[in-house]
Amino acid sequence: MGFLDIRNVTKSYGSVEVLHRVDISAEEGEFLVLVGPSGCGKSTLLNMIAGLEAISSGDIAINGRVVNGVHPSKRNIAMVFQSYALYPNMTVGQNITFGLEMHGVPKPERDKALAQVAKLLQIDHLLDRKPAQLSGGQRQRVAMGRALVRNPDVFLFDEPLSNLDAKLRVDMRTEIKKLHQRLGRTIVYVTHDQIEAMTLSTRIAVMNKGYVQQFGTPKEIYDTPSNLFVASFMGSPSMNLIPAKVAVENGAPHVVVMDAEGQARLLRLSQPALSAWSGREIVLGVRPEAITDPEGADRKSLNVQPLKNRVTVTEPAGSDTFVTTTLGGKDIIARMRADASVSPGEVFDFAVNMDKAVAFDPVTENRIA
Amino acid sequence: MSTISQEAVVVRPAAPVPSQDTAVRTSRVARTFIYLVLLLFALFYLLPFAIMVINSVKPLSEITGGNMLALPQDWTIAPWLSAWSTAQIGVEPTGLRPYFLNSILMVVPAVAISTILGALNGYVLTKWRFRGDTILFGLMLFACFIPFQIVLIPMARMLGLMGLAGSTPGLILVHVVYGLGFTTLYFRNYYAAFPTELVRAAMMDGAGFFRIFWRIMLPVSGPIAVVSVIWQFTNIWNDFLFGASFADLDSMPMTVGLNNLVNSSTGVKEYNVHFAGAILAALPTLLVYIVAGRYFVRGLMAGSVKG
Ligand SMILES: Nc1ncnc2c1ncn2[C@@H]1O[C@H](COP(=O)(O)OP(=O)(O)OP(=O)(O)O)[C@@H](O)[C@H]1O
Ligand SMILES: [Mg+2]
Repeated sequence: MGFLDIRNVTKSYGSVEVLHRVDISAEEGEFLVLVGPSGCGKSTLLNMIAGLEAISSGDIAINGRVVNGVHPSKRNIAMVFQSYALYPNMTVGQNITFGLEMHGVPKPERDKALAQVAKLLQIDHLLDRKPAQLSGGQRQRVAMGRALVRNPDVFLFDEPLSNLDAKLRVDMRTEIKKLHQRLGRTIVYVTHDQIEAMTLSTRIAVMNKGYVQQFGTPKEIYDTPSNLFVASFMGSPSMNLIPAKVAVENGAPHVVVMDAEGQARLLRLSQPALSAWSGREIVLGVRPEAITDPEGADRKSLNVQPLKNRVTVTEPAGSDTFVTTTLGGKDIIARMRADASVSPGEVFDFAVNMDKAVAFDPVTENRIA
Repeated sequence: MSTISQEAVVVRPAAPVPSQDTAVRTSRVARTFIYLVLLLFALFYLLPFAIMVINSVKPLSEITGGNMLALPQDWTIAPWLSAWSTAQIGVEPTGLRPYFLNSILMVVPAVAISTILGALNGYVLTKWRFRGDTILFGLMLFACFIPFQIVLIPMARMLGLMGLAGSTPGLILVHVVYGLGFTTLYFRNYYAAFPTELVRAAMMDGAGFFRIFWRIMLPVSGPIAVVSVIWQFTNIWNDFLFGASFADLDSMPMTVGLNNLVNSSTGVKEYNVHFAGAILAALPTLLVYIVAGRYFVRGLMAGSVKG
């Protein structure tokens, strides 16, 4: 049992079920991110934790107390809305202390709390302004201040950065992370941006179509995605998914893939259990950074396989160079050091780190190894 | 394109930048024409009022003896004083004053109550939605289209049953019920554009139903409240039918009083007093328009354009 428990929760609107048997839990101080494409039910789940949407079935417990049916203001939670939802008629100071006022906190204490939060978020000089007189980033801070001042058990964020421009988004991301490390409070954070999810979270729930596809640490999600959806959704550029066939050679399982010329190539798999799939189709999943030039290959890996293949495109991106080639009839992206000398059209010696490769069942789309 | 004439382009740098938000820069010729037409219409509407004012400060002999359009030779405010406090209305020489007071006593609470209830209705219909809320709203809208005459008899019966017949509270009730459809419509449409996330945020902050209404919704409702107040004030103040049907002598509104003044059959028709009385009857609505009129259009447009 965790600090925040979501047990077997479903949500229906009329006869339409939009969330199916969600089971997630977070320990105290964890940064839980709900990530998924638009319409997958992230906001709905968050609103159910907040108490703004009724729970159709299942339980939500915060700090050991089941909160189904408990009024939002009595759950000891605070929420930062996507639109910030700052009260337009109140000053920044009034916005931040409104919740305390509603909870009957005396004015001197409210002022003290306000001063603390304002200092923490560096908005001291804005307290007398109206929200309309603030920039996007400042509004974002005020919205966070309003949540912080309540000192809640759980913070809820619904896509708090999606209204900011790219640069500010990265800055605020760092600030939120700092804030979490400093305060150590439990946070549930909704986003559809997988980079935000990876960088901020201690635990991620990847959602799609109302199902939790995978729930785990960022590393688990990244290294061992539980199905093809998670594999392609998380990571940028996304995981290469290559149609292949398993064959056992010298007692070890190999994949057979078609290279750019249509030649069959053999790559030894690191998972012995895949021998059971001998002769059958699989989807081989390899992250771009697991395909490199031989010098750039991971030296700790026990199974780096050489692969000669023709390069179609190279895209130098400053810090890395992305190299496109063809495997199994699909475009494959490899991520190399910026100074790797690759040119389009040449036949290049790739190095594939098979320790990092995963395999999926093409029918069920689940990971098999 | 006549709108971008050579002249306009040449003149522009010297002329101050017009502060108004004009979609198209009109040329001088077009502008002059527009102003001329507007002036003509203004005259057309102001002329009757001017005649009323002119004749209300003339002795009666000047009106009956000759020219209605001429300026008075003897300026006098006697007709105004008479209309206000001594003119014969019905059988009593009371002037319009008591009726004016009756109207104020009726209009102010009726406008206030119907506006506040309309705001509450709009708030519930947009932010506390429930099953069947759109149907309910549709039915309330229907109230806007019911002709006055249809409700006269049932309303009289209801007022009788409630013991409010012939009283100012009875009239207030009638006007509140009748105005609710309009005020609800105004506030519902205004609040529909108000972000629901704000209400949710306030809920999470611990504010209840009325607190959210009072602290979050009402402070931003100024423009639409002005619309509602103007609309209700004009309608209720100018109402004759309900006043004539449901009021007693001691609750009769201004409109009925004015009618009785003009129709009093004793002696000669004092046109100058009638004119003065008519202006007195129109004055409060005029005042409301002058004070709050510029918010009216703004309130009506609010929500239709984001920004
Ligand atoms: N009031 C409602 N009635 C019916 N269906 C609804 C209602 N609210 C949401 N839904 C449906 O529930 C699903 C999940 O919606 P939700 O808002 O949680 O998505 P989301 O993951 O937050 O998407 P986004 O990233 O676009 O915000 C959607 O398919 C949506 O159509
Ligand atoms: Mg959402």
